[in-house]
Amino acid sequence: MIAYLAKRLLLAAPTLLAVLTLVFVLVRIVPGDPAFVILGDQATPQALAELRGRLGLDQPLWRQYAAFMSDVLTGDFGRSLVTNRPVMTDVLAVLPYTIELTIASLIIGVVFGVPLGVWAARSRDGFADWVARIVSLAGLSFPAFVSGIMMLIAFAIHFRWFPVISKGVPLTDPVERLRSLALPALNLGLIMVAYLTRVTRSGMLKAMSEDYVRTARAKGMPTTIVIWRHGFRNVLIPIVTVIGLYLGVLIGNSVLTEIVFNRPGLGKLIIGALEKRDYTMLQGLMVIYAFIIVVVNLLTDLAYGLVDPRVKTT
Amino acid sequence: MSAALSVEGLTTSLRIDGVWRDAVRDVSFELARGETLALVGESGCGKSLTAMTVMGLLPAGVGRLSAGRIVIDGVETSGLAEAQLEKVRGDAIGMIFQEPMTSLNPVLTVGFQIAESLIQHRGLSRRQARERARELMELVRIPAAAQRLDSYPHQFSGGMRQRVMIALAIACEPKVLIADEPTTALDVTVQAQVLDLLGSLQRDKGLGVLLITHNLGVVATNAQRVMVMYGGDVVESGEVGAFFANPRHPYSRALLAAMPRVDRPTADLSPIPGQVPTLADMPEGCRFQSRCPLREEACARRPPLTPLRDDPRHLTRCVVTAREAS
Ligand SMILES: Nc1ncnc2c1ncn2[C@@H]1O[C@H](COP(=O)(O)OP(=O)(O)OP(=O)(O)O)[C@@H](O)[C@H]1O
Ligand SMILES: [Mg+2]
Repeated sequence: MIAYLAKRLLLAAPTLLAVLTLVFVLVRIVPGDPAFVILGDQATPQALAELRGRLGLDQPLWRQYAAFMSDVLTGDFGRSLVTNRPVMTDVLAVLPYTIELTIASLIIGVVFGVPLGVWAARSRDGFADWVARIVSLAGLSFPAFVSGIMMLIAFAIHFRWFPVISKGVPLTDPVERLRSLALPALNLGLIMVAYLTRVTRSGMLKAMSEDYVRTARAKGMPTTIVIWRHGFRNVLIPIVTVIGLYLGVLIGNSVLTEIVFNRPGLGKLIIGALEKRDYTMLQGLMVIYAFIIVVVNLLTDLAYGLVDPRVKTT
Repeated sequence: MSAALSVEGLTTSLRIDGVWRDAVRDVSFELARGETLALVGESGCGKSLTAMTVMGLLPAGVGRLSAGRIVIDGVETSGLAEAQLEKVRGDAIGMIFQEPMTSLNPVLTVGFQIAESLIQHRGLSRRQARERARELMELVRIPAAAQRLDSYPHQFSGGMRQRVMIALAIACEPKVLIADEPTTALDVTVQAQVLDLLGSLQRDKGLGVLLITHNLGVVATNAQRVMVMYGGDVVESGEVGAFFANPRHPYSRALLAAMPRVDRPTADLSPIPGQVPTLADMPEGCRFQSRCPLREEACARRPPLTPLRDDPRHLTRCVVTAREAS
């Protein structure tokens, strides 16, 4: 297992390097140049030259690349052009909010989506199957801001169960923190519920018609054991795939949720950076996202090793 | 001592396009302890369906037992609720399936898959069941059994997987074993080994085996009695010796004639002309009549399964050959 982990890490390194290079290139092929993009067409030549100097854009390309790489690899993403604080400081300040939102919506997705999918497969075309279809249709077709606003109106404004704005609750107040997390997590979790219901339902239908399930029944195993131990265990494989794939989507989708609920997070940071043309911040965020995706893929591979014995973990 | 398995008037219906049709009609037989009864017939004649019905494994909503009585080791299972059936399946009766490559669960160790029914039916602890699983793996001659308990099915060859299937089916020492084409998926040498193994288990444990096969050679060497099915009907049954010496039903004769033999040139190979009618356009009366060379007017009514006068244990469902025999 340790060797497997090391191998996966080694494989992840070139991916990360490639992504970093891509970020570097992307930022530099912006029409005009970053300094021009940042300051706009009203800027004086002196101001442009001064900014280019500050960003190191007057250096030869290879030197810029070397500087970028060594900075990034030591965790230095430069300073925000707007606030002049280190990019890393701003990112680290909101990262816990994004992580807690992602994890909470993932938990909601698993806790509701998986049993609903199993239940739906059991009563094919029955009541549960209908519930599952409606839920997954709703989760996939409602834009996050529509469902978010509906939830706010119902649960925060009408019933007043949850705060309308969840900005800036400190980590030291867990109860308030959970209350402010509930609606955004539910909103984002609905998408995960939808995906997981679908994949679990179709996976269960397939697994339950497999020969090995017939074998388990021929052994006289009770229905619950046949469903969970023999059928469901095999569905864990596609479930892990879907979680791995959509965790990335989830992080992207969190932008809308964070705006609707006025929550701090990476998504809001990106929007702010885009609005204010904070190019160092954007560059830093792209790297962070790439890093998160690589970590998610690594965790997915590890999970495969756990749920599928055919995956070689040695 | 009662029969290991007794089946009376078993009729299985399938729902096809919303209409229930009888896919297996009025099948009766007894399987004694230690006996092998072979069930033969061409593809689609209802062999597996008969087996699944006996196991109580018909897919709900698609298949049902519409008439008949099934008694397994003295317990009538026809009409039992699923929860009651589960207590019999895997305990008094076991089954080996046609597809060794897909019949084992890919995410569970073979040791556990063998041990599972012992935990379920015999209340063994995990450790005891594991120990017993190792013994069973040795019994079915899987080399290095102790090391392979924790292996997964994909680490086994087809022949080894079929041995695991056998070990799993006989774990609780059932009285009846249904082997549905246990060797079709295997190569010839492995086939012989697996059949040998079944034979010796049977002698040691007094197991009654219902052996479903396409291979008449296997019938001749492994079974004591044989039952021929055609279109869901049993058309002939008898002792293996009498059957091969003097097959009575025209379908059995055609089947034997189509069998390749070493003592005859292959040019003689005569496949049966025509095809099995689908359930929807099965003819009234004898189901073989559309392909039968001996067909006459009386075949329009369903012929009874008639014992021969000179050998009452030999039965044929054919008015023409039953008459010719007496
Ligand atoms: N689940 C099912 N749904 C619809 N029809 C079925 C189903 N299972 C079996 N049948 C039909 O029932 C008939 C008997 O099938 P069965 O599987 O018993 O044949 P078999 O004698 O075992 O053939 P083979 O030698 O190919 O295994 C066939 O006509 C088949 O098409
Ligand atoms: Mg079959």
